[in-house]
Amino acid sequence: MTTPGQTVGPFFHDALPYADGGNLVPPGSAGAIRLHGHVYDGAGDPVPDALLEIWQPGPDGAIVQQAGSLRRDGWTFTGWGRAETDASGHYSFSTLRPGGPDAFFAVTVFARGLTDRLFTRAYLAEADNAFLAGIEPERRETLIAVPDEHGFVFDVRLQGDRETVFLSFPRHRSAD
Amino acid sequence: MWRVSGTLETQAEISAEINELDGKPGEQPRRDYPPYRSSLLRHPTKSLQYADPEEIELWAPCFGQRDVGAVEADLTIQHSGEPIGERIIVSGRIMDGDARPVAHQLVELWQANAGGRYIHKRDQHPAPLDPNFTGVGRCLTDADGTYRFTTIKPGPYPWRNHLNAWRPAHIHFSLFGTDFTQRLVTQMYFPGDPLFPLDPIYQSITDQKARDRLVAVYDHDLTMPEYATGYRWDVVLTGSHRTWTEEESS
Repeated sequence: MTTPGQTVGPFFHDALPYADGGNLVPPGSAGAIRLHGHVYDGAGDPVPDALLEIWQPGPDGAIVQQAGSLRRDGWTFTGWGRAETDASGHYSFSTLRPGGPDAFFAVTVFARGLTDRLFTRAYLAEADNAFLAGIEPERRETLIAVPDEHGFVFDVRLQGDRETVFLSFPRHRSAD
Repeated sequence: MWRVSGTLETQAEISAEINELDGKPGEQPRRDYPPYRSSLLRHPTKSLQYADPEEIELWAPCFGQRDVGAVEADLTIQHSGEPIGERIIVSGRIMDGDARPVAHQLVELWQANAGGRYIHKRDQHPAPLDPNFTGVGRCLTDADGTYRFTTIKPGPYPWRNHLNAWRPAHIHFSLFGTDFTQRLVTQMYFPGDPLFPLDPIYQSITDQKARDRLVAVYDHDLTMPEYATGYRWDVVLTGSHRTWTEEESS
């Protein structure tokens, strides 16, 4: 039987975030884009103690299996990063554009008050696939990252009218 | 000075809510669990969307010796002196839902010190910080999926969920599998803690058998003579969605 999850709690900041956790590539380097946004609660207030992780293929669409995410050398793209929200609920990653058809960032969300992690996807454009087509249009847009000056904005709403679509995968389903 | 707010509910009120939900089925914590007050505005109210994993979600990030120093698995040697408290070994195996060991993968932990105080700047519990204890560790599992930490047994600590709320002693764990979908952050507890029935975080898993899986067992085989007592805690992640070849599985 599966080991249950528990909340990340309020005291993860000295353990999980680390230097350059959100900088999969150095900000401003060739090809770098920004993926950033806010995390909001059900009252629309920012969540200042959330943590996001992203996992993505490289610009060529290939899966990366490179160590070095925790001690970045500035040259190796590992495809994985971690960033906490600040006092205004804002997080920010510097990364490369994921390649391949229907490209997305796979996103994991943790927060104090969230009893278990949540999974979602930040698609770069409204893709033409069966998964997105199966979601009602007003909810579908919560999965689409919006282009801005340096990259994309992806806000996460944990609850409420514009609540982000969070995912359950087949092997989770006994747990739902 | 510790001040008590007049607006907080009592333990009896929270316990009544806990008891009402206790025994409901579910191997995972309930996302909507009102006794844990911080969850009220932070849990999704809509059903999770079923998704078949795409290729990227069939893989997990890769960590190596470059990422983790050997010293990071021993939380008692990170400073110039010995931390105060009961030295313990915490070890176990990380397996996936199909009983495959999760080899060479990252395990992270964090915890309060022996007095129940985190180094975190937002922890205002008036228990002493220990200059010789940060309470943060990392290691990689071996080929067998085994992890092992040396640390100090954490103390219970108060929090503001309700009046006289105390967390059972616990160690936070962060775990990865072989698939992105197996990511797990959880908490490990110690056997026989009298605070278990009172704690809305532990009780957010309403199935007793499921929450038992978060409790380590004392293991005399892990105990080291004249050095540290041992606790064993094994972890089972959700199943992998990947098609494994025999070679990969071995």
